[in-house]
Amino acid sequence: MNKEQALLAYVTRLGDNALVLGQRMVEVVAAYPELEEELANANFALDFIGQARMFYSYAGELEGKGHDEDDFAFLRDENEFKHFLLLEQPNGHFGDSIAKLLLFESFYLLLLEALTHCADERVAEIAVRAQKEIRYHLRHNTQWFVRLGDGTDESHQRVQTSLDQLWQFTGEMFAPDEIDNIFEAEFDGPDLFKIRETWQANIAAIVAEATLLLPDDDHMASGGKQGRHSEHFGYMIAEMQYLQRTHAGASW
Amino acid sequence: MSWLSAVPDPEIPVLTITDLGIVRDVTIGEKVTVDLSPTYSGCPATEVIEQSVIDALQENGVDDVVIRRVLSPAWTTDWISAEGRNKLREYGIAPPEHGASKRELLQGSHGIACPRCDSTNTQVVSEFGSTACKASYKCSDCLEPFEYFKCI
Repeated sequence: MNKEQALLAYVTRLGDNALVLGQRMVEVVAAYPELEEELANANFALDFIGQARMFYSYAGELEGKGHDEDDFAFLRDENEFKHFLLLEQPNGHFGDSIAKLLLFESFYLLLLEALTHCADERVAEIAVRAQKEIRYHLRHNTQWFVRLGDGTDESHQRVQTSLDQLWQFTGEMFAPDEIDNIFEAEFDGPDLFKIRETWQANIAAIVAEATLLLPDDDHMASGGKQGRHSEHFGYMIAEMQYLQRTHAGASW
Repeated sequence: MSWLSAVPDPEIPVLTITDLGIVRDVTIGEKVTVDLSPTYSGCPATEVIEQSVIDALQENGVDDVVIRRVLSPAWTTDWISAEGRNKLREYGIAPPEHGASKRELLQGSHGIACPRCDSTNTQVVSEFGSTACKASYKCSDCLEPFEYFKCI
């Protein structure tokens, strides 16, 4: 893989992460029992979809085959999406959603902060914009995570289960593959080992504040970054892509 | 520039796009190029604003308009003009008060002045509001609810 191919793959993957998480959150728009959380979820989902659009537009330019952001979102198959398995996990209950967001966004914010210093100007620009949004999300999601953990016996036990079940999907965020390595070497990209250290320290502190127990690292699932997804993702893109697949080229 | 300062923000029509500080540059050559900074990544108003700029210039006889989306430096609420802040306050939305520092984003804003009675005895009702850029507050003195334009 050469430098240009790695950049395209890297940018597409950033778009995939943002789109898949955004789409998951869109599924529960208008389903929240409280207005404040309803707005928070919809606002956050919109940020992710917006970030996906910026990454995909750039990927289309890098690829140079005339594909736009919609082509990337609606006309690629399941195994062409290279997002983390964590992000395609079903929404579950509120504690599941908050735990998922906390685990991912604590990583994503560190990644974006590192990307603001990378040598690819466009990626750095998108990262500057996106990190401000994620910082705001994280404040909200961290507060909720602590409140649920340090809340009632019921909420404590349920969010502990959320954390235990999602933990196995956090390993692949920090496992560098060829694309990460080339991006780090050629574009002054993020050092995932360093990010992992900071992430672990930050998460350990938040989990302790939430009076919860940190799960063991004994088994970590992987494959999302290579396009091998769980069963959940097939259903998800079937719904997401239905319109464009059935009525190709449909527009407003 | 004066033609552009007549273009309202579609979400908060009391503000123009120049009040918001999203017009970064205008280059006049064979074509007219307008550089715009999007506010939030997912702001649904981005396309509407771009179309309004094209329409405003065409009304004034400029047909060849190119819009460029400029991401860097990223738009911040610090760029909202003093006039824009006054207009927001008169409209009933508390303008972003402090700089968009990291601390502000992580810890939230306290002591936001009520746009109606100026009291700083106010409380957050919801960190989220009718659009991505606003939070909901309540004044504990005049008891009126109001919106606060968040720092970003």
